[in-house]
Amino acid sequence: MIQIKNLRKEYGNRTVLNNVSLSIEKGEIFGLLGPNGAGKTTLIRILTMLASHSGGAITINNLQLPEEARKIKSLLGCVPQHLNLDGELTAWENLELHGRLHHIPMQERRQRIDELLEYVELSDRAADMASTFSGGMKRRLMIARALMHRPKILFLDEPTVGLDPQVRRRLWDLILSLNHQGLTVLLTTHYIEEAEALCQRVAILEKGKLVITGTPADLRCKVGQYAVEWTESDGIKFRFFTVRAEAVTFMNSLDTSTTLRNTNLEDVFVELTGRKVRE
Amino acid sequence: MFADIRTVVWRDWLVLNRRLGRFILSRMVSPILYLIAFGWGLGSQIQVQGGSYLDFIVPGILALNSMIMSFNAVGTPVNMSRLYYKTIEEYQIAPIAATSFVIGKIVSGIIRGTISSLVIILLSFAFGATLTVHGWFWLVLLLNCALFAALGFVAAMMMNSHEEMANFNTYILTPMSFLCATFFSTDRLPSFLHYLVEILPLTHASKALRLAGHNQDPSLLSVGILLGYFLTFLLIGVWQMKRIKG
Ligand SMILES: Nc1ncnc2c1ncn2[C@@H]1O[C@H](COP(=O)(O)OP(=O)(O)O)[C@@H](O)[C@H]1O
Ligand SMILES: [Mg+2]
Repeated sequence: MIQIKNLRKEYGNRTVLNNVSLSIEKGEIFGLLGPNGAGKTTLIRILTMLASHSGGAITINNLQLPEEARKIKSLLGCVPQHLNLDGELTAWENLELHGRLHHIPMQERRQRIDELLEYVELSDRAADMASTFSGGMKRRLMIARALMHRPKILFLDEPTVGLDPQVRRRLWDLILSLNHQGLTVLLTTHYIEEAEALCQRVAILEKGKLVITGTPADLRCKVGQYAVEWTESDGIKFRFFTVRAEAVTFMNSLDTSTTLRNTNLEDVFVELTGRKVRE
Repeated sequence: MFADIRTVVWRDWLVLNRRLGRFILSRMVSPILYLIAFGWGLGSQIQVQGGSYLDFIVPGILALNSMIMSFNAVGTPVNMSRLYYKTIEEYQIAPIAATSFVIGKIVSGIIRGTISSLVIILLSFAFGATLTVHGWFWLVLLLNCALFAALGFVAAMMMNSHEEMANFNTYILTPMSFLCATFFSTDRLPSFLHYLVEILPLTHASKALRLAGHNQDPSLLSVGILLGYFLTFLLIGVWQMKRIKG
Protein backbone atom coordinates (compact mmCIF):
# COMPACT_ATOMS: atom_id res chain seq x y z
CA MET A 1 0.00 0.00 0.00
CA ILE A 2 2.82 2.39 0.93
CA GLN A 3 6.35 1.90 -0.37
CA ILE A 4 9.09 4.12 1.00
CA LYS A 5 12.59 3.80 -0.46
CA ASN A 6 15.68 5.51 0.91
CA LEU A 7 13.70 8.45 2.15
CA ARG A 8 15.81 11.40 3.26
CA LYS A 9 14.82 14.65 4.83
CA GLU A 10 17.14 17.48 5.72
CA TYR A 11 16.36 20.72 7.45
CA GLY A 12 19.32 22.93 6.62
CA ASN A 13 22.31 20.70 7.29
CA ARG A 14 20.47 18.65 9.89
CA THR A 15 19.38 15.19 8.74
CA VAL A 16 16.00 14.34 10.20
CA LEU A 17 15.29 11.19 8.16
CA ASN A 18 18.23 9.13 7.05
CA ASN A 19 17.60 6.57 4.28
CA VAL A 20 14.35 5.22 5.65
CA SER A 21 12.93 2.28 3.69
CA LEU A 22 9.62 0.85 4.71
CA SER A 23 6.65 -0.89 3.23
CA ILE A 24 3.19 -0.89 4.71
CA GLU A 25 0.76 -3.56 3.67
CA LYS A 26 -2.91 -3.24 2.92
CA GLY A 27 -5.12 -3.82 5.94
CA GLU A 28 -2.52 -3.70 8.68
CA ILE A 29 -1.98 -1.43 11.64
CA PHE A 30 1.61 -0.39 11.39
CA GLY A 31 3.27 1.29 14.35
CA LEU A 32 6.14 3.71 14.12
CA LEU A 33 7.86 3.80 17.47
CA GLY A 34 10.47 6.20 18.64
CA PRO A 35 11.38 8.81 21.22
CA ASN A 36 10.56 12.48 20.78
CA GLY A 37 12.51 14.03 17.95
CA ALA A 38 13.06 10.72 16.17
CA GLY A 39 11.39 11.99 13.00
CA LYS A 40 7.98 10.30 13.23
CA THR A 41 5.95 13.44 12.62
CA THR A 42 8.27 14.49 9.82
CA LEU A 43 7.67 11.14 8.09
CA ILE A 44 3.88 11.53 8.37
CA ARG A 45 4.05 15.11 7.13
CA ILE A 46 5.98 13.97 4.09
CA LEU A 47 3.47 11.20 3.40
CA THR A 48 0.58 13.67 3.64
CA MET A 49 2.48 16.18 1.48
CA LEU A 50 2.60 18.84 4.16
CA ALA A 51 6.38 18.64 3.89
CA SER A 52 8.64 17.86 0.97
CA HIS A 53 11.42 15.29 1.06
CA SER A 54 15.06 15.75 0.17
CA GLY A 55 15.60 12.35 -1.41
CA GLY A 56 14.19 8.88 -2.00
CA ALA A 57 10.97 7.61 -3.53
CA ILE A 58 7.47 7.11 -2.18
CA THR A 59 4.54 5.38 -3.79
CA ILE A 60 1.09 5.11 -2.27
CA ASN A 61 -1.26 2.64 -3.96
CA ASN A 62 1.24 2.62 -6.83
CA LEU A 63 0.89 6.38 -7.27
CA GLN A 64 4.07 8.46 -7.22
CA LEU A 65 4.35 11.09 -4.53
CA PRO A 66 4.32 14.04 -4.94
CA GLU A 67 3.58 13.91 -8.71
CA GLU A 68 0.11 12.46 -8.24
CA ALA A 69 -0.70 14.56 -5.21
CA ARG A 70 -4.39 15.08 -5.97
CA LYS A 71 -5.16 11.39 -6.40
CA ILE A 72 -3.13 10.44 -3.35
CA LYS A 73 -4.78 13.08 -1.17
CA SER A 74 -8.19 11.52 -1.58
CA LEU A 75 -6.82 8.15 -0.42
CA LEU A 76 -5.38 9.53 2.79
CA GLY A 77 -6.94 10.53 6.08
CA CYS A 78 -4.76 12.28 8.61
CA VAL A 79 -5.07 12.95 12.32
CA PRO A 80 -2.11 15.19 13.14
CA GLN A 81 -0.26 15.25 16.44
CA HIS A 82 -1.43 18.75 17.36
CA LEU A 83 -5.13 19.47 17.73
CA ASN A 84 -6.10 21.43 14.64
CA LEU A 85 -9.86 21.56 14.68
CA ASP A 86 -11.41 24.86 13.66
CA GLY A 87 -12.36 26.25 17.05
CA GLU A 88 -14.68 28.83 15.54
CA LEU A 89 -16.86 26.14 14.01
CA THR A 90 -19.12 23.56 15.62
CA ALA A 91 -18.37 19.84 15.48
CA TRP A 92 -20.87 19.45 12.65
CA GLU A 93 -19.44 22.39 10.73
CA ASN A 94 -15.90 21.03 11.07
CA LEU A 95 -17.03 17.85 9.33
CA GLU A 96 -19.10 19.77 6.79
CA LEU A 97 -16.07 21.89 5.86
CA HIS A 98 -13.95 18.80 5.40
CA GLY A 99 -16.67 17.16 3.31
CA ARG A 100 -16.94 20.20 1.06
CA LEU A 101 -13.17 20.45 0.67
CA HIS A 102 -13.16 16.82 -0.43
CA HIS A 103 -16.02 17.34 -2.88
CA ILE A 104 -18.48 14.93 -1.29
CA PRO A 105 -21.96 15.57 -2.71
CA MET A 106 -24.35 17.17 -0.23
CA GLN A 107 -26.73 14.26 0.38
CA GLU A 108 -23.92 11.85 1.02
CA ARG A 109 -21.99 14.42 3.06
CA ARG A 110 -24.84 15.08 5.47
CA GLN A 111 -25.48 11.38 5.90
CA ARG A 112 -21.82 10.67 6.49
CA ILE A 113 -21.59 13.40 9.14
CA ASP A 114 -24.46 11.89 11.13
CA GLU A 115 -23.00 8.44 10.76
CA LEU A 116 -19.53 9.47 11.92
CA LEU A 117 -20.69 11.63 14.81
CA GLU A 118 -22.64 8.61 15.98
CA TYR A 119 -19.61 6.39 15.51
CA VAL A 120 -17.30 8.57 17.62
CA GLU A 121 -20.11 9.17 20.13
CA LEU A 122 -20.41 12.90 19.62
CA SER A 123 -23.92 13.10 18.16
CA ASP A 124 -25.26 15.03 21.11
CA ARG A 125 -22.46 17.59 20.80
CA ALA A 126 -22.84 18.21 17.06
CA ALA A 127 -23.94 21.82 17.49
CA ASP A 128 -21.30 22.75 20.07
CA MET A 129 -18.20 24.73 19.24
CA ALA A 130 -15.18 22.46 18.82
CA SER A 131 -13.19 24.78 21.08
CA THR A 132 -15.33 23.72 24.06
CA PHE A 133 -14.42 20.02 23.73
CA SER A 134 -12.13 18.01 26.01
CA GLY A 135 -8.90 16.53 24.65
CA GLY A 136 -10.41 13.09 24.06
CA MET A 137 -13.47 14.52 22.33
CA LYS A 138 -11.31 16.68 20.09
CA ARG A 139 -9.22 13.67 19.11
CA ARG A 140 -12.36 11.67 18.31
CA LEU A 141 -13.76 14.50 16.24
CA MET A 142 -10.46 14.72 14.39
CA ILE A 143 -10.68 11.02 13.62
CA ALA A 144 -14.26 11.45 12.37
CA ARG A 145 -13.09 14.35 10.23
CA ALA A 146 -10.24 12.32 8.75
CA LEU A 147 -12.71 9.55 7.85
CA MET A 148 -15.27 11.81 6.13
CA HIS A 149 -14.04 11.13 2.60
CA ARG A 150 -13.64 7.37 3.18
CA PRO A 151 -9.84 7.23 2.97
CA LYS A 152 -8.06 3.92 2.38
CA ILE A 153 -5.19 4.77 4.70
CA LEU A 154 -5.38 6.55 8.03
CA PHE A 155 -2.40 8.30 9.61
CA LEU A 156 -2.57 8.78 13.34
CA ASP A 157 0.26 10.83 14.81
CA GLU A 158 0.50 10.13 18.54
CA PRO A 159 -3.26 9.78 18.82
CA THR A 160 -3.41 9.24 22.56
CA VAL A 161 -0.85 11.67 23.91
CA GLY A 162 -2.10 13.46 26.98
CA LEU A 163 -5.26 11.38 27.40
CA ASP A 164 -6.52 9.56 30.51
CA PRO A 165 -6.06 5.78 30.53
CA GLN A 166 -9.81 5.10 30.06
CA VAL A 167 -10.09 7.58 27.22
CA ARG A 168 -7.01 6.04 25.65
CA ARG A 169 -8.56 2.56 25.76
CA ARG A 170 -11.71 3.85 24.10
CA LEU A 171 -9.60 5.28 21.32
CA TRP A 172 -7.76 1.99 20.94
CA ASP A 173 -11.08 0.19 20.51
CA LEU A 174 -12.07 2.75 17.91
CA ILE A 175 -8.83 2.27 15.98
CA LEU A 176 -9.15 -1.52 16.12
CA SER A 177 -12.73 -1.41 14.86
CA LEU A 178 -11.71 0.82 11.96
CA ASN A 179 -8.99 -1.63 11.08
CA HIS A 180 -11.49 -4.51 11.18
CA GLN A 181 -13.48 -2.65 8.57
CA GLY A 182 -10.47 -2.83 6.28
CA LEU A 183 -8.73 0.48 6.89
CA THR A 184 -4.92 0.48 6.72
CA VAL A 185 -3.52 2.41 9.67
CA LEU A 186 -0.12 3.97 10.20
CA LEU A 187 0.25 5.22 13.73
CA THR A 188 3.15 6.76 15.54
CA THR A 189 3.60 6.52 19.25
CA HIS A 190 6.15 6.66 21.97
CA TYR A 191 3.95 4.52 24.21
CA ILE A 192 5.19 0.97 23.94
CA GLU A 193 1.92 -0.44 25.38
CA GLU A 194 0.04 1.23 22.57
CA ALA A 195 2.14 -0.43 19.90
CA GLU A 196 1.79 -3.80 21.68
CA ALA A 197 -1.98 -3.43 21.95
CA LEU A 198 -2.68 -2.28 18.41
CA CYS A 199 0.01 -3.00 15.89
CA GLN A 200 0.50 -6.04 13.72
CA ARG A 201 3.91 -4.72 12.75
CA VAL A 202 6.14 -2.06 14.17
CA ALA A 203 9.28 -0.20 13.19
CA ILE A 204 11.62 1.52 15.58
CA LEU A 205 12.88 4.89 14.47
CA GLU A 206 15.71 6.56 16.27
CA LYS A 207 17.41 9.81 15.28
CA GLY A 208 15.97 9.49 11.79
CA LYS A 209 17.20 5.97 11.24
CA LEU A 210 15.11 2.84 11.11
CA VAL A 211 16.58 0.45 13.67
CA ILE A 212 14.39 -2.58 13.09
CA THR A 213 11.06 -3.61 11.54
CA GLY A 214 8.89 -6.62 12.29
CA THR A 215 6.01 -8.03 14.26
CA PRO A 216 6.20 -7.40 18.01
CA ALA A 217 6.87 -11.14 18.44
CA ASP A 218 9.72 -11.02 15.88
CA LEU A 219 11.28 -8.14 17.73
CA ARG A 220 11.03 -9.89 21.07
CA CYS A 221 12.64 -12.99 19.63
CA LYS A 222 15.44 -10.90 18.20
CA VAL A 223 16.69 -9.97 21.66
CA GLY A 224 15.43 -13.13 23.38
CA GLN A 225 11.97 -13.92 24.57
CA TYR A 226 12.85 -14.26 28.26
CA ALA A 227 14.05 -11.37 30.33
CA VAL A 228 15.86 -11.71 33.63
CA GLU A 229 15.79 -8.60 35.71
CA TRP A 230 17.73 -7.83 38.85
CA THR A 231 18.83 -4.83 40.84
CA GLU A 232 22.38 -3.73 41.48
CA SER A 233 23.62 -0.72 43.39
CA ASP A 234 23.81 1.33 40.16
CA GLY A 235 20.38 0.41 38.83
CA ILE A 236 18.21 -2.24 37.28
CA LYS A 237 19.97 -4.75 35.03
CA PHE A 238 18.53 -7.01 32.32
CA ARG A 239 19.65 -9.98 30.38
CA PHE A 240 17.71 -11.70 27.62
CA PHE A 241 17.55 -15.39 26.72
CA THR A 242 15.98 -17.33 23.87
CA VAL A 243 15.73 -20.53 25.89
CA ARG A 244 13.93 -20.55 29.20
CA ALA A 245 16.25 -23.11 30.80
CA GLU A 246 19.27 -20.89 30.16
CA ALA A 247 17.52 -18.02 31.85
CA VAL A 248 16.81 -20.14 34.89
CA THR A 249 20.42 -21.36 35.07
CA PHE A 250 21.58 -17.77 34.89
CA MET A 251 19.18 -16.73 37.66
CA ASN A 252 20.54 -19.45 39.92
CA SER A 253 24.08 -18.25 39.30
CA LEU A 254 23.26 -14.81 40.72
CA ASP A 255 23.02 -14.35 44.44
CA THR A 256 20.64 -11.35 44.37
CA SER A 257 16.88 -11.70 43.94
CA THR A 258 15.85 -11.86 40.29
CA THR A 259 12.66 -11.88 38.26
CA LEU A 260 11.93 -13.80 35.13
CA ARG A 261 9.41 -12.30 32.72
CA ASN A 262 8.51 -12.08 29.07
CA THR A 263 10.46 -9.57 27.03
CA ASN A 264 8.41 -6.55 25.96
CA LEU A 265 8.90 -3.92 23.28
CA GLU A 266 10.35 -1.54 25.81
CA ASP A 267 13.17 -4.04 26.39
CA VAL A 268 13.67 -4.37 22.67
CA PHE A 269 13.91 -0.66 22.37
CA VAL A 270 16.42 -0.24 25.18
CA GLU A 271 18.47 -3.17 23.96
CA LEU A 272 18.65 -1.98 20.36
CA THR A 273 19.15 1.71 20.93
CA GLY A 274 20.73 1.86 24.34
CA ARG A 275 18.10 4.40 25.33
CA LYS A 276 14.79 4.56 27.07
CA VAL A 277 11.86 5.44 24.84
CA ARG A 278 10.82 8.27 27.09
CA GLU A 279 13.82 10.13 28.27
CA MET B 1 -12.22 25.61 -8.58
CA PHE B 2 -15.22 27.88 -8.20
CA ALA B 3 -16.78 25.38 -5.77
CA ASP B 4 -13.58 25.34 -3.71
CA ILE B 5 -13.44 29.12 -3.53
CA ARG B 6 -17.03 29.06 -2.36
CA THR B 7 -16.18 26.53 0.36
CA VAL B 8 -13.40 28.75 1.70
CA VAL B 9 -15.71 31.77 1.70
CA TRP B 10 -18.57 29.73 3.19
CA ARG B 11 -16.46 28.93 6.25
CA ASP B 12 -15.44 32.56 6.79
CA TRP B 13 -18.96 33.83 6.24
CA LEU B 14 -20.29 31.33 8.78
CA VAL B 15 -17.90 32.69 11.38
CA LEU B 16 -18.60 36.34 10.51
CA ASN B 17 -22.36 35.87 10.34
CA ARG B 18 -22.39 34.54 13.89
CA ARG B 19 -21.25 37.91 15.19
CA LEU B 20 -22.37 40.20 12.43
CA GLY B 21 -24.16 42.57 14.81
CA ARG B 22 -21.14 43.02 17.02
CA PHE B 23 -18.94 43.30 13.97
CA ILE B 24 -20.97 46.14 12.49
CA LEU B 25 -21.20 47.94 15.81
CA SER B 26 -17.44 47.78 16.34
CA ARG B 27 -16.90 49.04 12.79
CA MET B 28 -18.84 52.22 13.60
CA VAL B 29 -16.59 53.50 16.36
CA SER B 30 -13.54 54.85 14.56
CA PRO B 31 -15.41 56.30 11.54
CA ILE B 32 -17.70 58.21 13.91
CA LEU B 33 -14.64 59.62 15.67
CA TYR B 34 -13.06 60.61 12.36
CA LEU B 35 -16.30 62.20 11.19
CA ILE B 36 -16.72 64.19 14.40
CA ALA B 37 -13.11 65.31 14.67
CA PHE B 38 -12.38 66.06 11.04
CA GLY B 39 -15.84 66.55 9.65
CA TRP B 40 -17.56 68.58 12.28
CA GLY B 41 -14.68 69.86 14.37
CA LEU B 42 -11.98 70.76 11.89
CA GLY B 43 -14.21 70.73 8.84
CA SER B 44 -16.47 73.56 9.97
CA GLN B 45 -13.45 75.87 9.85
CA ILE B 46 -11.91 75.01 6.49
CA GLN B 47 -12.70 74.53 2.83
CA VAL B 48 -10.78 72.27 0.48
CA GLN B 49 -10.78 72.43 -3.31
CA GLY B 50 -13.88 74.55 -3.23
CA GLY B 51 -15.97 72.06 -1.23
CA SER B 52 -16.55 71.20 2.40
CA TYR B 53 -13.78 69.37 4.22
CA LEU B 54 -16.26 66.69 5.23
CA ASP B 55 -16.92 65.86 1.57
CA PHE B 56 -13.18 65.88 1.00
CA ILE B 57 -12.27 63.41 3.70
CA VAL B 58 -15.12 60.89 3.47
CA PRO B 59 -13.52 59.16 0.44
CA GLY B 60 -10.20 59.26 2.28
CA ILE B 61 -11.69 57.67 5.36
CA LEU B 62 -13.32 55.03 3.17
CA ALA B 63 -10.03 54.27 1.45
CA LEU B 64 -8.07 53.92 4.66
CA ASN B 65 -10.79 52.01 6.46
CA SER B 66 -11.30 49.49 3.68
CA MET B 67 -7.54 49.06 3.56
CA ILE B 68 -7.25 48.29 7.26
CA MET B 69 -10.36 46.12 7.36
CA SER B 70 -9.54 43.97 4.37
CA PHE B 71 -5.91 43.63 5.35
CA ASN B 72 -6.67 42.50 8.87
CA ALA B 73 -9.67 40.38 7.89
CA VAL B 74 -7.26 38.17 5.97
CA GLY B 75 -3.90 38.82 7.61
CA THR B 76 -4.70 38.08 11.23
CA PRO B 77 -6.71 34.84 10.85
CA VAL B 78 -4.48 33.38 8.14
CA ASN B 79 -1.37 34.16 10.18
CA MET B 80 -2.86 32.61 13.32
CA SER B 81 -4.13 29.63 11.36
CA ARG B 82 -0.70 29.02 9.90
CA LEU B 83 1.37 29.55 13.05
CA TYR B 84 -0.82 28.59 16.00
CA TYR B 85 -4.02 26.73 15.19
CA LYS B 86 -2.59 24.92 12.15
CA THR B 87 -6.08 24.85 10.68
CA ILE B 88 -4.53 25.82 7.36
CA GLU B 89 -3.40 22.18 7.11
CA GLU B 90 -7.03 21.16 6.55
CA TYR B 91 -6.90 23.08 3.28
CA GLN B 92 -3.41 21.85 2.42
CA ILE B 93 -4.27 18.17 2.76
CA ALA B 94 -7.51 18.59 0.81
CA PRO B 95 -7.49 17.98 -2.95
CA ILE B 96 -7.99 21.66 -3.80
CA ALA B 97 -5.76 24.13 -5.63
CA ALA B 98 -3.67 26.65 -3.70
CA THR B 99 -5.20 29.34 -5.89
CA SER B 100 -8.71 28.48 -4.69
CA PHE B 101 -7.67 28.96 -1.09
CA VAL B 102 -5.96 32.29 -1.75
CA ILE B 103 -8.84 33.67 -3.81
CA GLY B 104 -11.37 32.43 -1.25
CA LYS B 105 -9.56 34.25 1.54
CA ILE B 106 -9.35 37.42 -0.54
CA VAL B 107 -13.08 37.28 -1.26
CA SER B 108 -13.73 36.96 2.50
CA GLY B 109 -11.55 40.02 3.04
CA ILE B 110 -13.47 41.93 0.38
CA ILE B 111 -16.75 41.03 2.08
CA ARG B 112 -15.59 42.40 5.43
CA GLY B 113 -14.07 45.48 3.86
CA THR B 114 -17.25 46.18 1.91
CA ILE B 115 -19.55 45.76 4.91
CA SER B 116 -17.54 48.20 6.95
CA SER B 117 -17.39 50.60 4.00
CA LEU B 118 -21.18 50.47 3.77
CA VAL B 119 -21.38 51.37 7.44
CA ILE B 120 -19.19 54.42 6.81
CA ILE B 121 -21.10 55.53 3.73
CA LEU B 122 -24.36 55.46 5.68
CA LEU B 123 -22.77 57.24 8.64
CA SER B 124 -21.28 59.95 6.46
CA PHE B 125 -24.70 60.63 4.91
CA ALA B 126 -26.01 60.96 8.45
CA PHE B 127 -23.26 63.52 9.07
CA GLY B 128 -24.42 65.46 6.03
CA ALA B 129 -21.78 64.54 3.48
CA THR B 130 -22.65 64.65 -0.19
CA LEU B 131 -21.27 61.73 -2.11
CA THR B 132 -22.27 59.95 -5.26
CA VAL B 133 -21.85 56.22 -4.94
CA HIS B 134 -22.14 54.24 -8.11
CA GLY B 135 -20.22 52.49 -10.88
CA TRP B 136 -16.61 53.69 -10.62
CA PHE B 137 -16.96 54.32 -6.93
CA TRP B 138 -17.80 50.69 -6.18
CA LEU B 139 -15.24 49.41 -8.60
CA VAL B 140 -12.42 51.37 -6.96
CA LEU B 141 -13.62 50.46 -3.47
CA LEU B 142 -13.76 46.75 -4.29
CA LEU B 143 -10.37 46.92 -5.97
CA ASN B 144 -8.92 48.60 -2.90
CA CYS B 145 -10.40 45.89 -0.65
CA ALA B 146 -9.11 43.14 -2.94
CA LEU B 147 -5.64 44.66 -3.09
CA PHE B 148 -5.24 44.93 0.67
CA ALA B 149 -6.88 41.57 1.33
CA ALA B 150 -4.25 40.08 -0.98
CA LEU B 151 -1.51 42.04 0.80
CA GLY B 152 -2.90 40.73 4.11
CA PHE B 153 -2.49 37.21 2.76
CA VAL B 154 1.07 37.86 1.63
CA ALA B 155 1.97 39.34 5.02
CA ALA B 156 0.30 36.45 6.88
CA MET B 157 2.41 33.94 4.98
CA MET B 158 5.60 35.95 5.42
CA MET B 159 5.44 37.05 9.05
CA ASN B 160 6.48 34.45 11.57
CA SER B 161 4.81 35.79 14.67
CA HIS B 162 1.86 37.75 15.83
CA GLU B 163 4.26 40.53 16.75
CA GLU B 164 5.67 40.81 13.25
CA MET B 165 2.11 41.12 11.95
CA ALA B 166 1.53 43.98 14.36
CA ASN B 167 4.73 45.60 13.13
CA PHE B 168 3.48 45.38 9.58
CA ASN B 169 0.48 47.41 10.69
CA THR B 170 2.61 49.93 12.56
CA TYR B 171 5.29 50.48 9.94
CA ILE B 172 3.35 50.11 6.72
CA LEU B 173 -0.40 50.51 7.09
CA THR B 174 -0.51 53.30 9.66
CA PRO B 175 1.92 55.59 7.78
CA MET B 176 -0.04 54.96 4.58
CA SER B 177 -3.32 55.75 6.28
CA PHE B 178 -2.01 59.23 7.13
CA LEU B 179 0.11 60.07 4.11
CA CYS B 180 -1.86 58.77 1.16
CA ALA B 181 -4.13 61.69 0.29
CA THR B 182 -6.61 60.56 2.88
CA PHE B 183 -6.88 63.72 4.99
CA PHE B 184 -5.21 66.26 2.74
CA SER B 185 -4.25 66.87 -0.84
CA THR B 186 -0.73 65.64 -1.58
CA ASP B 187 0.01 68.54 -3.97
CA ARG B 188 1.75 70.62 -1.37
CA LEU B 189 3.96 67.90 0.10
CA PRO B 190 7.74 68.39 -0.34
CA SER B 191 8.61 66.86 -3.69
CA PHE B 192 10.53 63.78 -2.45
CA LEU B 193 7.62 62.84 -0.22
CA HIS B 194 5.19 63.61 -3.00
CA TYR B 195 6.87 61.09 -5.29
CA LEU B 196 7.04 58.48 -2.56
CA VAL B 197 3.37 58.90 -1.81
CA GLU B 198 2.48 58.73 -5.49
CA ILE B 199 3.75 55.16 -5.78
CA LEU B 200 1.71 53.91 -2.84
CA PRO B 201 -1.58 52.21 -3.72
CA LEU B 202 -3.68 53.92 -1.07
CA THR B 203 -2.97 57.34 -2.61
CA HIS B 204 -4.57 56.20 -5.82
CA ALA B 205 -7.49 54.65 -4.02
CA SER B 206 -8.14 57.92 -2.14
CA LYS B 207 -7.85 60.07 -5.24
CA ALA B 208 -9.94 57.77 -7.39
CA LEU B 209 -12.63 57.48 -4.74
CA ARG B 210 -12.65 61.23 -4.28
CA LEU B 211 -13.18 61.86 -7.98
CA ALA B 212 -15.79 59.13 -8.32
CA GLY B 213 -17.54 60.34 -5.19
CA HIS B 214 -17.80 63.78 -6.73
CA ASN B 215 -19.33 62.36 -9.86
CA GLN B 216 -16.22 62.49 -12.04
CA ASP B 217 -14.31 59.70 -13.74
CA PRO B 218 -11.21 58.65 -11.80
CA SER B 219 -7.93 58.59 -13.68
CA LEU B 220 -7.41 55.32 -15.48
CA LEU B 221 -3.82 55.41 -14.34
CA SER B 222 -4.95 55.20 -10.71
CA VAL B 223 -7.27 52.30 -11.45
CA GLY B 224 -4.54 50.58 -13.43
CA ILE B 225 -2.07 50.99 -10.58
CA LEU B 226 -4.53 49.50 -8.10
CA LEU B 227 -5.18 46.59 -10.43
CA GLY B 228 -1.44 46.08 -10.92
CA TYR B 229 -0.81 45.96 -7.18
CA PHE B 230 -3.71 43.55 -6.71
CA LEU B 231 -2.49 41.12 -9.35
CA THR B 232 1.06 41.27 -8.01
CA PHE B 233 0.00 40.48 -4.44
CA LEU B 234 -2.34 37.74 -5.68
CA LEU B 235 0.45 36.04 -7.60
CA ILE B 236 2.85 36.30 -4.66
CA GLY B 237 0.16 34.84 -2.39
CA VAL B 238 -0.45 31.87 -4.65
CA TRP B 239 3.27 31.26 -4.96
CA GLN B 240 3.66 31.39 -1.16
CA MET B 241 0.78 28.98 -0.63
CA LYS B 242 2.33 26.52 -3.08
CA ARG B 243 5.74 26.54 -1.46
CA ILE B 244 4.55 26.57 2.13
CA LYS B 245 5.86 22.99 2.55
CA GLY B 246 8.80 22.81 4.94
N1 LIG C 1 10.21 22.69 10.35
C1 LIG C 1 11.33 22.21 10.93
N2 LIG C 1 12.49 22.88 10.81
C2 LIG C 1 13.63 22.40 11.36
N3 LIG C 1 13.70 21.26 12.07
C3 LIG C 1 12.58 20.55 12.23
C4 LIG C 1 11.32 20.98 11.68
N4 LIG C 1 10.39 20.06 11.99
C5 LIG C 1 11.01 19.12 12.73
N5 LIG C 1 12.32 19.40 12.87
C6 LIG C 1 13.31 18.58 13.59
O1 LIG C 1 13.23 17.28 13.12
C7 LIG C 1 13.44 16.35 14.16
C8 LIG C 1 12.31 15.34 14.15
O2 LIG C 1 11.13 15.95 14.59
P1 LIG C 1 9.74 15.19 14.58
O3 LIG C 1 9.52 14.58 13.25
O4 LIG C 1 8.72 16.14 15.06
O5 LIG C 1 9.97 14.05 15.66
P2 LIG C 1 8.92 13.14 16.43
O6 LIG C 1 7.58 13.33 15.80
O7 LIG C 1 9.44 11.76 16.28
O8 LIG C 1 8.93 13.59 17.85
C9 LIG C 1 13.54 17.14 15.44
O9 LIG C 1 14.89 17.23 15.79
C10 LIG C 1 12.99 18.48 15.06
O10 LIG C 1 13.62 19.49 15.81
MG1 LIG D 1 5.88 13.91 16.68
